[in-house]
Amino acid sequence: MKLLLKNVHLLNPEQNLDETNDLLIDEGIITKIGNVSKEEMNSSEVYDYSGKYCVPGLFDMHVHLREPGREDTETVQTGSNSAAEGGFTGVACMPNTTPTIDSAEVVNSIKKKAENHLVDVYPIGAVTKDRKGEFLAPIAELVDAGAVAFSDDGVAVKTASILRSALEYLKMYDLPIIEHCEDETLAGGAMNEGSVSTLLGLPSIPTIAEDLTVMRDISVAEYVDGKVHIAHISSKKAVQLVIEAKAKGIKITAEVTPHHFTLTDEALTSYDTNYKMNPPLRTEEDVNAMIEGLKDGTIDCIASDHAPHSIEEKEAEFIFAPNGILGLETQLGLSISELVHKNHLSFSQLIEKLSINPRKILNLPVPQIKVGEKANLTIIDSDEVWTVDIKKFKSKSKNSPFDKRLLTGKSVAVINNYQFYKEGKFQNLK
Amino acid sequence: MSLNIKHLLGLKDVPKNDIQLILDTATTFREVLERPIKKVPTLKGTTIVNLFYENSTRTRLSFELAEKRLSADTLNFTTSNSSTKKGETFKDTVRNIEAMKIDMIVVRHQSAGVPHYLTKISNASIINAGDGRHEHPTQALLDMYSIREKIGKLNNLNVCIVGDISHSRVALSNIFGLITMGAKVSVCAPPTMLPKNIEQFGVKIFHDINKAVAENDVVNVLRIQLERDAGNTIPSLREYHNYFGITGDVIERNNKDILILHPGPINRGVEISSEVADGPYQIILDQVTNGVAIRMAVLYLLGTMN
Ligand SMILES: [Zn+2]
Repeated sequence: MKLLLKNVHLLNPEQNLDETNDLLIDEGIITKIGNVSKEEMNSSEVYDYSGKYCVPGLFDMHVHLREPGREDTETVQTGSNSAAEGGFTGVACMPNTTPTIDSAEVVNSIKKKAENHLVDVYPIGAVTKDRKGEFLAPIAELVDAGAVAFSDDGVAVKTASILRSALEYLKMYDLPIIEHCEDETLAGGAMNEGSVSTLLGLPSIPTIAEDLTVMRDISVAEYVDGKVHIAHISSKKAVQLVIEAKAKGIKITAEVTPHHFTLTDEALTSYDTNYKMNPPLRTEEDVNAMIEGLKDGTIDCIASDHAPHSIEEKEAEFIFAPNGILGLETQLGLSISELVHKNHLSFSQLIEKLSINPRKILNLPVPQIKVGEKANLTIIDSDEVWTVDIKKFKSKSKNSPFDKRLLTGKSVAVINNYQFYKEGKFQNLK
Repeated sequence: MSLNIKHLLGLKDVPKNDIQLILDTATTFREVLERPIKKVPTLKGTTIVNLFYENSTRTRLSFELAEKRLSADTLNFTTSNSSTKKGETFKDTVRNIEAMKIDMIVVRHQSAGVPHYLTKISNASIINAGDGRHEHPTQALLDMYSIREKIGKLNNLNVCIVGDISHSRVALSNIFGLITMGAKVSVCAPPTMLPKNIEQFGVKIFHDINKAVAENDVVNVLRIQLERDAGNTIPSLREYHNYFGITGDVIERNNKDILILHPGPINRGVEISSEVADGPYQIILDQVTNGVAIRMAVLYLLGTMN
């Protein structure tokens, strides 16, 4: 079938594309930009997208899909639905599953579950066997099976020695290690260390837990000329370290989550476990450093760290509740509200952070808005005002601190893999 | 007269009037405790649950006795099982207890914030009997009561809290309560035992026990956790005793008018010497008696609000 998107703002900074035009998609392939004939119009499903953006499909390089192992909280299917609802046509999923993504079998099983979905799911392999930091995971085998990066997320790669080894080995594939930067001897607290943790009497994690590991990783990456991507950067000092490393030409990239540029540890005064995450919410100074880092390009991209947990788990006493919150369905709205509408980033810069840069970090092709290309697109209304309602989430879990929050900016529709998703429904374009 | 607060979660935001009222009411109950028949019918028909997720015989006994003296019906729920262990969650437990039609919950838990969480999932009046390293408001109230009983005032008094402030629920409650009542509060400890930015509360910091004793009217000595601290936050218990312990020597040398408090149980020869623990400057056993009166006051004031 044919889809005609009328008067849509086509935007792809990668192609220097920035124009309002009509876009014709036939059986999932872009067949025409502009000059759509009356005949074609009559034979198409027509959407007037005046004032809305059409950009290369958004990509979230840090999600936890919980499958295999915790299908009660999320599955590849429900996580992909959540991604589509949030405006994402691709995600990379972390290997801290049970079993761990440290064998070709697990990579294959996830890819199989993701088949036929609009959303592309790219597994990230573990750096070490069972993420224990002792022995290298079968990296070559994982790359062959389709792993796009490597990470022991949940924890940092345990020792400098095994990190060095993995980075050297990965030079064969030019793929990055994604690091959850946290010194394990300083870890274990329930929130950021500072005035608020003292006030609340909660055990705390100091920012140096993050900074020290960022320092270590930068040194190792420099020494072996390897690629390290810093996951969920959250401290001001860590951003400063990345600035210095990039200036020296060290291959470091970084991502930040929407909660780390939106919320501070003051939110914890409610003792609401939906504010418990790792890295923890930091101070206003850190939040400002995240925004500055996004503006000056130190922070390459935005990723959600989408971390589903069951209601029972999150309803535990604060120190026992697990870390992490959902992100896929609030990420775009938070980013537009906090960054674009507050004039920190242009809309085009935001698309680099949410679509183009994450793919580049993972060496994946950036979708082109060009005749003959497969349509991989997100349609965004940057001015739509809406209220987050966790009851409407497509994710299997509900753990979000953003329930009832008013946001500006929302995904209207996504198109990928010959499918069209809009208002909760998937439609086949073939 | 009644309280502004509906629950006693901590002393952080409790207004001066409320603290004053609790202390004054405790004076009345303190007299009751001296009578041959120490029981009053004030809370007859009120059901109170003592929900203790952490072993604390002293605090629980003190609350239990206070409840019995007020003629309340008392239920004890004591467990060391948190919701991390398989089975019933904390919320399930509370809902079950709530279904028994209870009026008040006295709660002790390893996690800070549990009393706050209880106010969201229960209709009962909540009293915090210690949450993690956060607050232990009745302990601070009984400390303040005991100081006032001995010295006659709290306003402008110099009070120093000595010990592991980082891991203490007693310290924070004392800091908040005493400052509200106009006292000047300081802490004395090695830096490893002070939480980040403790100065934010307007407390002075000492690292020299001699100075701390010399410059204060009252010293509240915290218990050192033997297992946790030795070798980690302090090199050894012996070194702690030598540099931060309250000994007869330290008192004789610096301030013979000092008043010594200790929330108990004491480690003789660690944070306090036997000589001081049994000596004329301390009021450790008065604190225990006053604890019952303070808890009666809190239970009475919160239990008769509606
Ligand atoms: Zn992580």
